[in-house]
Amino acid sequence: MKVAFLGASKGMGRALARRMAARGDELCLLGRDLEDQRRTALDLSARAGSSREIPVHHCDLEQPEGFAQALKHCEESLAGLDCVVVTAGVYDAQENLEADTDWARRLMTINFSNTVAFCEEARKRLLARGGGTLCVFSSVAGERGRKPVVIYGASKAGLSAYLEGLDHKFRAAGLRTVCIKPGFVKTGMTAGLKPPPFAGEPDQVAGVVLRAIDKGTPVAYAPGIWALVMLAIRSLPRFVMRKIGF
Amino acid sequence: MDADQSTISGWGGLPHPGREVFSEDLVRLSKDAVLSRGLGRAYGDSALPPPGTLDVATTILADRILAFDEQSGILRAEAGLDLHQINWLFLERGWFTPVTPGTQYVTLGGMVAADVHGKNHHVEGCFGAHVTALLMRVADGRILECSAQHEPELFWGTIGGMGLTGHILEVEFQMKRIPSPWIQGESMRVPDIEEFVRLLKESGDAWPFTMGWIDCVSTGASLGRGILYRGRWAESGSRAEAPQSKRRLSVPINLPNFTLNKLSVKLFNESIYRTHIPSKKAGLQHPEKFFYPLDKILHWNRIYGKRGFTQYQCVLPNSAGQGAARRFLEFLTKQGGASSFLCVIKDCGAEGQGMLSFPMPGISIALDIAVDANTQSLVNLLNGEVIEMGGRIYLAKDAFTRPEDFRLMEPRLDQFLELRRKWDPDQKFRSAQSVRMLGDRA
Ligand SMILES: Cc1cc2nc3c(=O)[nH]c(=O)nc-3n(C[C@H](O)[C@H](O)[C@H](O)COP(=O)(O)OP(=O)(O)OC[C@H]3O[C@@H](n4cnc5c(N)ncnc54)[C@H](O)[C@@H]3O)c2cc1C
Ligand SMILES: NC(=O)c1ccc[n+]([C@@H]2O[C@H](COP(=O)([O-])OP(=O)(O)OC[C@H]3O[C@@H](n4cnc5c(N)ncnc54)[C@H](OP(=O)(O)O)[C@@H]3O)[C@@H](O)[C@H]2O)c1
Repeated sequence: MKVAFLGASKGMGRALARRMAARGDELCLLGRDLEDQRRTALDLSARAGSSREIPVHHCDLEQPEGFAQALKHCEESLAGLDCVVVTAGVYDAQENLEADTDWARRLMTINFSNTVAFCEEARKRLLARGGGTLCVFSSVAGERGRKPVVIYGASKAGLSAYLEGLDHKFRAAGLRTVCIKPGFVKTGMTAGLKPPPFAGEPDQVAGVVLRAIDKGTPVAYAPGIWALVMLAIRSLPRFVMRKIGF
Repeated sequence: MDADQSTISGWGGLPHPGREVFSEDLVRLSKDAVLSRGLGRAYGDSALPPPGTLDVATTILADRILAFDEQSGILRAEAGLDLHQINWLFLERGWFTPVTPGTQYVTLGGMVAADVHGKNHHVEGCFGAHVTALLMRVADGRILECSAQHEPELFWGTIGGMGLTGHILEVEFQMKRIPSPWIQGESMRVPDIEEFVRLLKESGDAWPFTMGWIDCVSTGASLGRGILYRGRWAESGSRAEAPQSKRRLSVPINLPNFTLNKLSVKLFNESIYRTHIPSKKAGLQHPEKFFYPLDKILHWNRIYGKRGFTQYQCVLPNSAGQGAARRFLEFLTKQGGASSFLCVIKDCGAEGQGMLSFPMPGISIALDIAVDANTQSLVNLLNGEVIEMGGRIYLAKDAFTRPEDFRLMEPRLDQFLELRRKWDPDQKFRSAQSVRMLGDRA
């Protein structure tokens, strides 16, 4: 599989890219720090025991004008493209976002508007080739409006809605949209937070995601137990949600 | 800071004010940090912040491999990469770490900073002997590469320097080729301490890996009885399939203190010895089982309950004479013994170049001690014996040694302090241990 990967530098993206490289998928890395992408590329090759060089290209979710070019680079350096993965995203605590509207707007732009714009470019490129898989990390935070994640959750809710629509509209044409909804996962993003029950490990998530990509599952919770947790949370009446703190 | 009640601890589980800060980017993380920390497997206070500081820079997200040369076996990686991942990736490719401690949940940074030793110390020395280069952040803010050729003083001071010379960002070291991923192992019951020391020394000639578990509850004629383990890499083709990494159990919560008492410890020690039937066993073994028997249960340290525990590890030099190990164990018994699940004996080879590196030619004895009101005085007394014999203790395990005792054990200390004065005149890098034991500013 030939994969363009935005966000392999850290966290769940790093873990997923390692699993992909290890099984022989050909990756092209996209990210905002080229030097750092090169180090990630070295790690992926060394772990996979492969001497094939992994191409890297610049792509910053805050610079949408570069999206089309970045994906074109990937398709050219891989001589093909079967899959586009987006794990990149940002998070901050609700208090910090409330205190700084400009930062809140940026977060919304990165996680929603610009991720959608990136996916639009990826969609066109994959459809032009006759189809492929678009795997994007949203979040369980997008399932209900909740006090600790009002703004971050809204950005992910928008993203999930977009991905669902995309799946309905283009699956028949060959575009398989895979929306990943991680629960709490122990990465740098959540490092300062106290892990709740069912907190997951990045590599465990990567296993779930890889299966979802292979099968073309439209929505996958990771770790899997979060499907049940969210089933419960979705069914809570509004007055209960208003009372509780999470 | 008062509002923040967060605590962290070493593997011994004694809580200490502190907070771990994580990042994939060690260049950023190390910028203002006072101390680096890996997986926190040091038992005592060496990976804990000095009083008045909360944050330690935890490296474990920085785990990228930057180069591996299949020809030479030189591996370079970020300091937070752990041995579990290295084993998992490289065993089946025919490579193994040159030196491994008794757990694989340690980072490269921690292995360098403690200059860890393994069952093969008598042949391979410590991990530091296989390190070819380190990338470091030093106190004046610079990032520089050091090695035995370039800034050798800083290099050898950092090896075994317990994080007090600067932050290790990258480690480059020589992996070992192995003929197969399996261990040809043997274990046998040993009746007493004299026989144990004799067998350890004798086995060293033919076996690269040796160590023993001693029942430190038994006294008299069977004082120091136990089980000797020895092994070597099996020849290629010994077994077709590669060893699989196993899922692990975890001791879920701190067990109540009463699970560990004189009786349970005696029964435990007795049963390990008695159930080793026949008295000698041999065969192919999973390397994880051979090297890391304790890793089967993650967080086994919780068995000691909330009060925590410490490990006392010392080396008794060959110069102390044949009877040194018996004298030490007799002394320990006289003090009422230690309620110790675990007492490990190892053969140490030549002293390495790490400035504060622990091993010296002799016998190392390590015992777990559940912490109570008497622990401090017990450690003081044991230290007295060790000083008399010309031995020393292992910083990575220690939480109780008094500064005056450490000084008596460590003629190399002045050289180390001199190195720190040169590279870090303002004592930027400190730990709870360095304040307690080296008299650093708090
Ligand atoms: C079950 C068990 C068995 C063990 N067996 C052995 C054994 O057989 N032989 C042996 O030698 N040891 C043994 N140890 C001790 C262990 O190997 C050492 O304590 C090792 O340092 C732990 O590594 P860590 O990554 O957990 O480091 P930590 O415990 O987090 O830190 C240990 C020290 O290293 C420093 N450090 C860590 N990372 C860096 C960095 N990047 N830069 C600078 N300083 C750093 C810290 O400041 C601290 O002083 C054992 C421990 C356990 C729990
Ligand atoms: N961790 C969780 O509990 C959790 C739960 C639910 C959903 N999620 C979502 O899952 C995804 C992965 O999370 P994670 O925990 O693995 O996060 P992470 O460790 O913080 O990694 C985030 C990744 O996003 C990249 N990124 C950030 N801003 C970018 C930008 N402007 N342009 C390009 N790349 C950018 C980062 O690259 P750099 O190296 O350049 O910083 C990094 O690779 C995110 O979308 C997150 O929202 C996480």
